[in-house]
Amino acid sequence: MLRVSLLTLSVVAIAHAELCKPDAQNAFKVRLSIKTALGENAYAWDANEEYLFKAMVAFAMRRYSSKSTTQISNVLLCNVTDRVSFWFVVTDSSKNVTTVPGSEVEAAIRMNRNRINSAFLLSDKTLQFLKITSTLSPPVEPATPVWLIVFGVVLCLIVAGIVFLVVSGIQKHKKKTKESTERENLEEKGEVTVTVENGIPCEVLDLKAGHVNGVFAADDERFTPL
Amino acid sequence: MSKDLPVQPEIPKEDGRPKWDNKFQYILSCIGFAVGLGNVWRFPYLCQIHGGGAFLIPYFIALLFEGIPLLHLELALGQCLRKGSIGAWNTISPYLGGVGVGSWMVSVLVSLYYNTVLTWVMWYFINSFQEPLPWSVCPLNENRTGLNEECYESTAVNYFWYRKTLNITPDVTDSGTLQWWLILCLGTCWAIVYLCTIRGIETTGKAIYVTAIFPYLVLTIFLIHGLTLPGATDGLVYLFTPNLNILKNPRVWLDAATQIFFSLSLAFGGLIAFSSYNPPKNDCEKDAVTVAIVNSVTSLYASIPVFSVLGFKATTGYWDCLDRNIISIINEFDLPEESIMRQNYTAWISFLNSSYPEKIAGLKLKSCDLQEFLDQSVSGTGLAFIIFTQAIILMPGSQAWAILFFIMLFCLGLSSMFGNIEGVFTPLLELRVISKSIPKELLSGIICLICFLIALCFTLGSGSYWIDIFDSYAGSLPLLVLAFFEVIGVAYIYKIKRFSKDVKWMTGRKPNLYWQITWRFISPLLLLAVFIAFVTLQIQKPPSYAAWNPKYPQSCRNRILIVLPKYLSYKSSLFGKEHAQ
Repeated sequence: MLRVSLLTLSVVAIAHAELCKPDAQNAFKVRLSIKTALGENAYAWDANEEYLFKAMVAFAMRRYSSKSTTQISNVLLCNVTDRVSFWFVVTDSSKNVTTVPGSEVEAAIRMNRNRINSAFLLSDKTLQFLKITSTLSPPVEPATPVWLIVFGVVLCLIVAGIVFLVVSGIQKHKKKTKESTERENLEEKGEVTVTVENGIPCEVLDLKAGHVNGVFAADDERFTPL
Repeated sequence: MSKDLPVQPEIPKEDGRPKWDNKFQYILSCIGFAVGLGNVWRFPYLCQIHGGGAFLIPYFIALLFEGIPLLHLELALGQCLRKGSIGAWNTISPYLGGVGVGSWMVSVLVSLYYNTVLTWVMWYFINSFQEPLPWSVCPLNENRTGLNEECYESTAVNYFWYRKTLNITPDVTDSGTLQWWLILCLGTCWAIVYLCTIRGIETTGKAIYVTAIFPYLVLTIFLIHGLTLPGATDGLVYLFTPNLNILKNPRVWLDAATQIFFSLSLAFGGLIAFSSYNPPKNDCEKDAVTVAIVNSVTSLYASIPVFSVLGFKATTGYWDCLDRNIISIINEFDLPEESIMRQNYTAWISFLNSSYPEKIAGLKLKSCDLQEFLDQSVSGTGLAFIIFTQAIILMPGSQAWAILFFIMLFCLGLSSMFGNIEGVFTPLLELRVISKSIPKELLSGIICLICFLIALCFTLGSGSYWIDIFDSYAGSLPLLVLAFFEVIGVAYIYKIKRFSKDVKWMTGRKPNLYWQITWRFISPLLLLAVFIAFVTLQIQKPPSYAAWNPKYPQSCRNRILIVLPKYLSYKSSLFGKEHAQ
């Protein structure tokens, strides 16, 4: 009895070794970078983590093919290195000593990649299935591009500034012309006594067209003081 | 007109000419005009390729014998004659009227393309409000199976600049279409310029307080932050380590002389316009020395944060290279993580090479050399839009740094634009063709509108090639010619004795021996030597520009034969004016 059980065990072990080895058919290499992902909170890779991995793969297979025949014992791991990398293969218990086709395993893993990653607190980059490419997530794009909004704000500010300056310039101009026409109106009505010299009002001489003659003006030193 | 009496300003102060609110505004405007984008992205590059600290020697010699005398000349001229460039040179001598017209034309052309550079800065600025920054990731391709191919071949930063911003065509003959996003930004930039120059120096005088002072604040912030980044000291050591042997190369002296010349914005007519709004009795000698020294000190000050950041970028690039190699080795040999670190990398490599040479060779590891990363030197738009943006992505809080950086560049460029626009505006106001009843607001609006419409051609797919060509051939050689004729005109046609009397009347003291010697002999000779050397160097290679090939996305030099239209037209306009009198 003991010999028979030992024999079956060794046959199974050899069969497993045949099925799961590097570059075997339908086998996948997995590489984990736990320290890169978690830094100080990194956990050690031991037999318990391997059990979890087998459970996750079995879970993925069950969800994908919706027949609950895949057991944890169907998932074989081998060649575990210090890098933390290993090969795994999924056997089919219904058919004797064969492996599930790689395409099915790939599709199952891809479908449940998120769940597998979060079970190990890793991401697509730190938990790599070397032959399985991850689908890239589409970028998040808001309805209106952000730059258009900023551009609108800047443009509104500038246009407001220009309008303000132009309007204030026009107002200043209007005020100036209004003042000069008011002054002319007052002079016509004669309400302001205007001293006249040679037909030209003295005030006008000071304000408007007269140029100060530099030779005669403001040179007080030429006159001897009293 | 009697040739021996000095031209005293006949018009007293109350002549209705606008004037600066205070002296500080005037000095700040001159400094803002001189300090521009070149101080940030050309001077550090020249320092780097011409032997670091040793470059300062030819730079300061050029400043002393070329920069300061010419600057003093222009400021004194404008202040004395109280006219823009065209009027001023016509007053000096009818034979020199062409110099004024030439200056005016250069100001017009430079205004056109300079604002397009500001358009690119504005585009990057409004794109800096996103997370992640759009130049940090490659977009996906059409069927979302991978990254966009053109972006993947090159880098995300290059892709954003050449494709998303410029949408560049493979060569200058292929014009491409107008890029609508650049047109929007160009319109905004010209609107900003209009807003600030709407009433001439009345409005630019207020705007300059912000645009001239803000860049210094940002440079200080970048300086402090840059010095805390890893690898900053490597960059600074690399920049400033003097290599005195480089002084034997005449190219270095030429570059120093041209850098001082273009950095101080001489011969544009803008400085003459600014100083013409001064009261006549103002110490222009002190002003000139102040502006020149502040400009050079700013260049030095700006090169420190620039090179800290470049050192940081080189160090990060070097570390990335090492890390990639380490990952390949660890994956290949299935070694535990963190067994090979950057520090013991070389020890491991030599060990593995001796034990498993074929495996190591099979990995095709790149050789990582920090010096190689530091040697990647770029100037101009490449520095700002490719290298610096790449460095900003690596800093924490990249949006804030990007926003600060682009506002700083925008302010630097805008204050230089004010000088250019004044150089266009002031002579036009004085020409009798423009009626006095047209309000200033309308005239400046018309100028800005016309410039905007012409500058639309720079928003084409091939626009940046045109700017490259304009910058290399229109914005350089004619200025040297004009400056040479300026000095010769004042020194030998107007005569230095008369000019010294004018300066004495304005500043209260006679220009001393330094000014006499430099104005009469040293500056003209230096300018002539620079001009000849410049032309000799240009002749030696056919005119070319760097193009971007989307099939092989690393830019390559494109050799074409082009006529130098602007340069030839300047020469003919100068001679035409002179011979016509």
